[in-house]
Amino acid sequence: MLSYSIKRLLMLIPVLIGMTLIVFGIIHAIPGNPAQTILGTKATPEAIHNLNQALGLDQPWYIQYFTYLKNIFSGNLGTSIQDNMPIAREIWPHLAATIELSFVAMVIAVVVGINAGIISAWKQNSALDYSAMILALIGVSMPIFWLGLLEQWLFSVKLNWLPSIGRLDIVSTVRPITNLYLIDTLIEGQFSQFWMVVRHLILPAIALATIPTAIIARMTRSSMLEVLKSDYIRTTKAKGERMGLIVYKYALKNAFIPILTVIGLQTGLMLGGAILTETIFGWPGIGLYVYNAIQYRDYPVIQSGILVIAFLFVMVNFVTDLLYGLIDPRIKYR
Amino acid sequence: MADSILEVKDLRTSFFTDDGEVPAVDGITFSVKEGEILGLVGESGCGKSVTSLSIMGLLPSPPGKIVGGQILYKGEDISHAKESRMRKLRGNDIAMIFQEPMTSLNPVFTIGEQLTEAIRLHKKMPKKDLEARAVDLLKMVGLPRARELLKEYPHELSGGMRQRVMIAIAMSCDPKVLIADEPTTALDVTIQAQILDLMAKLNRETHTAIILITHDLGVVAQVCKRVVVMYAGKVVEQGDVRDIFNHPEHPYTEGLIRSIPDLFSKKDTLYTIKGSVPKPGSIKKGCLFAPRCPYVMDKCRTAEPELTGDRHKSRCFLHREDA
Repeated sequence: MLSYSIKRLLMLIPVLIGMTLIVFGIIHAIPGNPAQTILGTKATPEAIHNLNQALGLDQPWYIQYFTYLKNIFSGNLGTSIQDNMPIAREIWPHLAATIELSFVAMVIAVVVGINAGIISAWKQNSALDYSAMILALIGVSMPIFWLGLLEQWLFSVKLNWLPSIGRLDIVSTVRPITNLYLIDTLIEGQFSQFWMVVRHLILPAIALATIPTAIIARMTRSSMLEVLKSDYIRTTKAKGERMGLIVYKYALKNAFIPILTVIGLQTGLMLGGAILTETIFGWPGIGLYVYNAIQYRDYPVIQSGILVIAFLFVMVNFVTDLLYGLIDPRIKYR
Repeated sequence: MADSILEVKDLRTSFFTDDGEVPAVDGITFSVKEGEILGLVGESGCGKSVTSLSIMGLLPSPPGKIVGGQILYKGEDISHAKESRMRKLRGNDIAMIFQEPMTSLNPVFTIGEQLTEAIRLHKKMPKKDLEARAVDLLKMVGLPRARELLKEYPHELSGGMRQRVMIAIAMSCDPKVLIADEPTTALDVTIQAQILDLMAKLNRETHTAIILITHDLGVVAQVCKRVVVMYAGKVVEQGDVRDIFNHPEHPYTEGLIRSIPDLFSKKDTLYTIKGSVPKPGSIKKGCLFAPRCPYVMDKCRTAEPELTGDRHKSRCFLHREDA
């Protein structure tokens, strides 16, 4: 397991280098002079010259790249053009908001999706199976923005059960410690605040979880069906094991590899691509942060935002790979 | 003579498909006595495996279903027993090993976990005794490095070793009946002999009755005392191995015996029985073997012979006075 992990870790290096190269290239892919673009059409040549110098854009590209790498490693992600704040400091609360939302959504998707898939496979061709798979089909086909609006209309406007916007009620604040409000409120022992954070999470988490839930359910069903037909499950039955335990213990572990792949991919997508959900629910996450930066043409923020999202994606896949090795003993030896 | 531990009486198992009912096992009767090794012989598709799955209550259902007859274990009819009752019997009283050792062990659980599973289910045993029992079982089936093996995974073992593990699992609760469905088919010849010796040894030492299902009469001759020959879902001949080998009454049995390869034969080609087992339900009238029988008579095409005889039974007109 250790050598497998180390091997995977080493394989990360070229991926990360490639990632930084591409993100670095973005600023150079913008047509014309970046400084000109940043400063706008009315900028004086002197201002452009100064900015070029400040950004190091007068250096050869490889020097620029190494400066860029050096900055990243020292935790310097550049400065936002909008408010002149260091991005590294600004980005974390947004990232934390996205991580919190994605985590809750993924927990929902995994719990609901896997169970729905298992029951579908276990009771194949039953009414339960058909209804679960029809729901899953609706889930994959549902446009998130529309589902989000429906949720807000029903649960916030009509029923007034849950808040529709933001991470917190407008009047309240949470002292940011980790910026993961679920944790922060618990650390401070503010249980009513914790409950408020939960209530704010429910609607966006459900909207964000819908597609992954459906995909996980379908993958679980097909993977499970195959495993349940296998010889080793017959062996377990021949020992007199209960069907429930056969399905949830002996079959699920075998069926889990393809499910884990889907979970990993969907988690990666959530962390980077929750822009729709975040926009609809006014969720101050990284998606919304980058989206706003795009509207302001805040290139350093866009660049760093993409870098962070890509980095998360790579790390999620790395963790997925390690989990493969934990689940299937054969993988380490390949 | 010892009492029968397992009796199969007029068992009928059918598969219900889109084309209607397909009788895979069509009224077979045989019994297994305590501590004996019974051979159940026939070609692929003759209903051997369906018989064993029927006994275990492990038929894929739907489409498989027991539609008639009885399966008596110690006098109790288990052919339509509740699932909860069957779970108590499976692995504990009646155990089974399968044809394919490479895929019959769960690839993501250790040998130890799989070996102790049935014991954990059926016997109350303290955890520390469990490991000792597992080590004993592995030693009993002749596996070296027993203690280390417990922590290994199936993919680290060879086919022969895996089949030994399967046997150890089946024997883990001291079952009264062990059903071995083609246990040596997927193995090398030398390993085959070892596995058969092992099963014979276990039979002598533990007095577990074994139903050895095979298509290989050579295997039967090696370890069984009595043999049941099946053809197209029916028993065509049964009796002591010696009687059957010396005086086969059914032409199918004769064909099976003649097709055993002989090292000293001068012939270049092996004997084969022409044709193949008919699709269940496809022959409506007469003897099911008639289309392939070298001695076929007019009568065989119109009437179906009964299974007659005392200790040595057969289903053929050839050896009857009225023929």
